[in-house]
Amino acid sequence: MTAPPLARGLLGAGDPSLAAHRAAHGPLPAVPDLAVLAGDLTGRGGAGFPVARKLRGVAEAARAAGTPAVVVGNGGEGEPAAAKDAVLLDRSPHLVLDGLALAARAVGADTVVLAAGRRSLPGLQRAVAERGAPVRLVELTDRFLAGEETALVAAVDGGPPLPRGRAVPVWRRGVQGRPTLVHNVETLARLALLARGGPATTSTLVTRHVPGRHGPVVDVAEVPLTARLGDVLALGDAQAVLVGGYHGSWVPARAAAGLTLTRDGLAPAGAALGAGVLAALPADRCGLRETSAVVSYLAAESAGQCGPCLNGLPRAAAGLELLARPGPHPPGLLADVHRWAGLVVGRGACAHPDGSVRLVTSALRVFADELAAHAAGRCTATSHAPFLPVPAGAR
Amino acid sequence: MSARLRVDPVACTGHGVCADLLPEAVVLDEWGYPLLAAGELPAELRRPARRAVAACPARALRLDRATGARQTSPGQLTGSAQVARPQ
Repeated sequence: MTAPPLARGLLGAGDPSLAAHRAAHGPLPAVPDLAVLAGDLTGRGGAGFPVARKLRGVAEAARAAGTPAVVVGNGGEGEPAAAKDAVLLDRSPHLVLDGLALAARAVGADTVVLAAGRRSLPGLQRAVAERGAPVRLVELTDRFLAGEETALVAAVDGGPPLPRGRAVPVWRRGVQGRPTLVHNVETLARLALLARGGPATTSTLVTRHVPGRHGPVVDVAEVPLTARLGDVLALGDAQAVLVGGYHGSWVPARAAAGLTLTRDGLAPAGAALGAGVLAALPADRCGLRETSAVVSYLAAESAGQCGPCLNGLPRAAAGLELLARPGPHPPGLLADVHRWAGLVVGRGACAHPDGSVRLVTSALRVFADELAAHAAGRCTATSHAPFLPVPAGAR
Repeated sequence: MSARLRVDPVACTGHGVCADLLPEAVVLDEWGYPLLAAGELPAELRRPARRAVAACPARALRLDRATGARQTSPGQLTGSAQVARPQ
């Protein structure tokens, strides 16, 4: 992965030390009401939930339960195509720790946890030691679902990192059975900038994938939410853009170029910013083949707890793998894939089946011409070099 | 007061007893897992629904009161959706 470009704001100038943090941002001011300050800030972990509502919900639940709340910073970025949270933790750990301190004060928490992947931990240990902060660091596995809110809570509690469903939400009963505030690390860093008067709600971190001379070029950038996608991502000869990541959607490049990154800007294209991934698939690749590799990986990453996901995703993945090869295909295969995909939606304890199906159905829609070519025994791709990153074994 | 069937998808192991006892409101998918009729349960099905809930070997089936107030677990345990929900 290439180094992210130097940027002001969330990504700082590249020096993660406390001294550089204080020089750039000054001391952390006291905030009388964090929920008011958060305003219309939305979570940056994928679901885009309003931050203020979560803050108020946890504070109320803790008061009602008569127990201090728990605050968890979620740096779990199991998505292979996403790197923005890891880059943020590397470059600006003290903004994230500031955000944790603000959130803990706001909801009356006596326990503060920061959970992240193994590679992020050494830097975080240094940062936590530098400021003597009472923050417990928890190492997460690099499984796709490690950052799923309920799986994260299970991991923090020392159990296997499995989603548990949301019959009882974590804001009511999370870590140690206590009301728990879980915020993505970028969300926390944005709160730290907001506390200092920065315009932190209007931009976002994205992980960009574009073709380069020696394979895909990946970087992380902070971009305005009102920017047009075509100005944020070098589309070149791209045929389609993957928006949001592996629970996201394909959008034809021509339609994608003019979209803004706000929720309302992406919605007409059936897309959402999700995990902040933007990938410009070059014209020489096969979108079906790329999607098939990702979906096989996603099927294997199912926690295997819910019958429809356990049964439906591997079948949809196997069907897609056949469709991704030039035909002839078994009659009814495309209808089977649609049916299997439809059967898993809304029937899991977490969003994994729904998100995976979103990717499958967008691929079948956007790459319809390629489907027809495959059915006729041809593939239009001239390169089979992998573009989207998929952990070894799934491709 | 109305009632609504829900399945805990983690607890459900696909025994299919619910579909045997309550075929009016539960059908099994091609892997043996229940698909619940959308919406509120008709009043005349309450009694057989309670029997199905009691008979579930995995204790995965629930009959929730749908009071009309906002649910605290929006749609995560229905096991009945045939349409995608916005996340």
